[in-house]
Amino acid sequence: MAENHAMTPHALAHHFDSLDQQREAGTLGMWVFLITEIMFFGGLFLTYILYRSKFPHEFVAGSHALDIRLGAFNTAVLIGSSLTMALAVYYSQVGSRRLLVTYLTLTMLLGLVFLGVKGIEYTEKFEHHHFPGADFQWEDPAQAPALDGNPGAGKVDGRHVEMFYWIYFAMTGLHALHMIIGAGLIAVLIVLAVRGRFTAEYHMPVEITGLYWHFVDIVWIFLFPLLYLIGRHE
Amino acid sequence: MIPKQPRTHYLNISYGFKSWLFTTDHKRIGLLYLVSITLFFFVGGAFATIIRLELATPQGDLVQAETYNKLFTMHGVMMIFFFLIPAVPAVLGNFLIPLMIGAKDVAFPRLNLLSWYIFNLGALFTIYAVVSGGVDTGWTFYTPYSTTYSNTHVLATGVGIFITGFSSILTGLNFIVTIHMMRAPGMNWFRLPLFVWAHYATSLIQVLGTPVIAITVLLLAFERVVRIGIFDPALGGDPVLFQHLFWFYSHPAVYIMVLPAMGVVSELVAAFTRKSIFGYDLVAFASIAIAVFGFLVWGHHLFVSGQSVYAGMIFSFLSYAVAIPSAVKVFNWTATLYKGSVSYQTPMLYAFGFIGLFTIGGLTGLFLAAMGLDIHLTDTYFVVAHFHYIMVGGTIMAYLGGLHYWWPKISGRMYPEGWAKLGALIVFVGFNLTFFPQFLLGYMGMPRRYHAYPEEFQVLNVMSSAGASILAVGYILPMVYLIWSMRYGPIASSNPWPATGLEWQTSSPPPTENFEEIPVVTWEAYEFAGQE
Repeated sequence: MAENHAMTPHALAHHFDSLDQQREAGTLGMWVFLITEIMFFGGLFLTYILYRSKFPHEFVAGSHALDIRLGAFNTAVLIGSSLTMALAVYYSQVGSRRLLVTYLTLTMLLGLVFLGVKGIEYTEKFEHHHFPGADFQWEDPAQAPALDGNPGAGKVDGRHVEMFYWIYFAMTGLHALHMIIGAGLIAVLIVLAVRGRFTAEYHMPVEITGLYWHFVDIVWIFLFPLLYLIGRHE
Repeated sequence: MIPKQPRTHYLNISYGFKSWLFTTDHKRIGLLYLVSITLFFFVGGAFATIIRLELATPQGDLVQAETYNKLFTMHGVMMIFFFLIPAVPAVLGNFLIPLMIGAKDVAFPRLNLLSWYIFNLGALFTIYAVVSGGVDTGWTFYTPYSTTYSNTHVLATGVGIFITGFSSILTGLNFIVTIHMMRAPGMNWFRLPLFVWAHYATSLIQVLGTPVIAITVLLLAFERVVRIGIFDPALGGDPVLFQHLFWFYSHPAVYIMVLPAMGVVSELVAAFTRKSIFGYDLVAFASIAIAVFGFLVWGHHLFVSGQSVYAGMIFSFLSYAVAIPSAVKVFNWTATLYKGSVSYQTPMLYAFGFIGLFTIGGLTGLFLAAMGLDIHLTDTYFVVAHFHYIMVGGTIMAYLGGLHYWWPKISGRMYPEGWAKLGALIVFVGFNLTFFPQFLLGYMGMPRRYHAYPEEFQVLNVMSSAGASILAVGYILPMVYLIWSMRYGPIASSNPWPATGLEWQTSSPPPTENFEEIPVVTWEAYEFAGQE
């Protein structure tokens, strides 16, 4: 977007023939990037699967200590933000600057709500010494803690609950980092949209940021059941 | 007629540091990479030199065991992450892919420049690790040694590799989108040069594999800093998980190194036999097959790591399966030679070198894919010799061949043919003298990664060290005459060989926008008939 062009100022880069080609390239680039993201999170999902099957009781115990209401609330918030993002993309396509700005702002606010709630959850974990590391404590009043690191039925080894929390913090932390980046990208889009940089012909940045935002939502759609729901009934 | 250079081209359109450091021209970025990786190659080579000096005698007399551990680690890290992986794609790929497909640039030129900065930032961390005392885990960073016991600069090296990984990801992403979206009119997929196919396959691996090493290194760093226990058996973790994650990237990474090299060889063989590559479609799909199968064979690095024997059998079988597309390529290059008008110019000498050495490296890979034999050969010099035949005998041969072949396009000048032929010969002789004895050493049971060894191994080790010094001459020589030729070499015509391919239809060196007019392609790849 560096070069000027007679028809659409600032929009068409010098090495593309048409805005269509440029948009398709940008979209494909974002899809490929999202595939790399899947592989990046994939390493953590593999770790989760391995240790979940190795320490099922500890994972259930750790999962029980998470606040399912806050988790569910955040899930709803994110799904809502996906809707507003989709609407923002739609209004960028039809060229409505006012509604584009409105829905982008809503999306960013919902993202910030999610991060705020996540912050509350994290604070609670710190206070209960459930953040892994030297301060980590696990007391299960119903069951005597196992001593030998060999989890039998009903026995829960605190060190392996700590493992659950490592994975919890790694996965949700990495997800939250992506949310922060996403919120920053949307903030830039809002500024550009207010300045009238997007038109019905040129709105590729809104589209590809939308793709990114939906991807981050989908990651959470997997994280929520894996971390909060599975084995809850046990 | 003496060829004339165009009045303005990408090299002389602007001058000064700024015009290079802020360029978005893929050709200039390719040259920036050329400078970076050449530097890192000689750093890695310096470590290799000390290693071979130490191994000239059975006693550990030049360096101590701890120093030696650092030397082979830093040699591996430098050569693999900072030379071999970017060598062909980031230099030749960057320079050539837009030219070959008839585009003005890659799809994301600024991202392309960013990837060069990211690459150097990662290198900076690694260089910091090197100069502040080094790292001694081996380039494989196996846990729990790397997480718990090593008190060297694992963290800085890990951060360096993590960062550099993103430059590899961005390059792959850029190439995939470029090849999909930027082809000139008429340039359909089956008219693409095989070099482009090979880079497409490579990019798939970079995009799918590199994120996994990124998250693995991240976990390793956390584990090292705060003992999260994911790889620590004392905390319920599993050190073998690291090996799985590591090799899930690092085995395909071997194909990141060798696939683009195969692409180079396809171009060279076509150009210097003046024939279309025999079985173009097969060679193209073999690249994709190698990329796909390459992801399914990592377990052959874990035959002795307590992996289940059934998993081992499957991985062994799949590792044999990868040999098929690799062999398809070798057979097709060889078949292309048949009744071709072969000319023995320097690039072709390197191509011959590649085919022979890659075949030896590949076949000895099958020895290691056999579970029974692998137990005898694991962690011996046989393994060292095997992967050097692939990476040095394969990748570097092809890289040098490609550099000579496209040098007229890059610099606008011809290199001195006589010196270049001598250089190719020295590299070939030096390489074989260095690494062939290592097959024998490994088979006789000499383990890798030791700075001292029993006396009966000395003769072969001295041969290897002698070969390494010849090899070093072979690598320095091209650097000298290529730099010389930039000023004093004869002016190159736009198509000196002459060869097919769009890159030869524009001037040497090309203008910044590559073509005066975007070409319309109406012919197949390697259509020599009717060219003259």
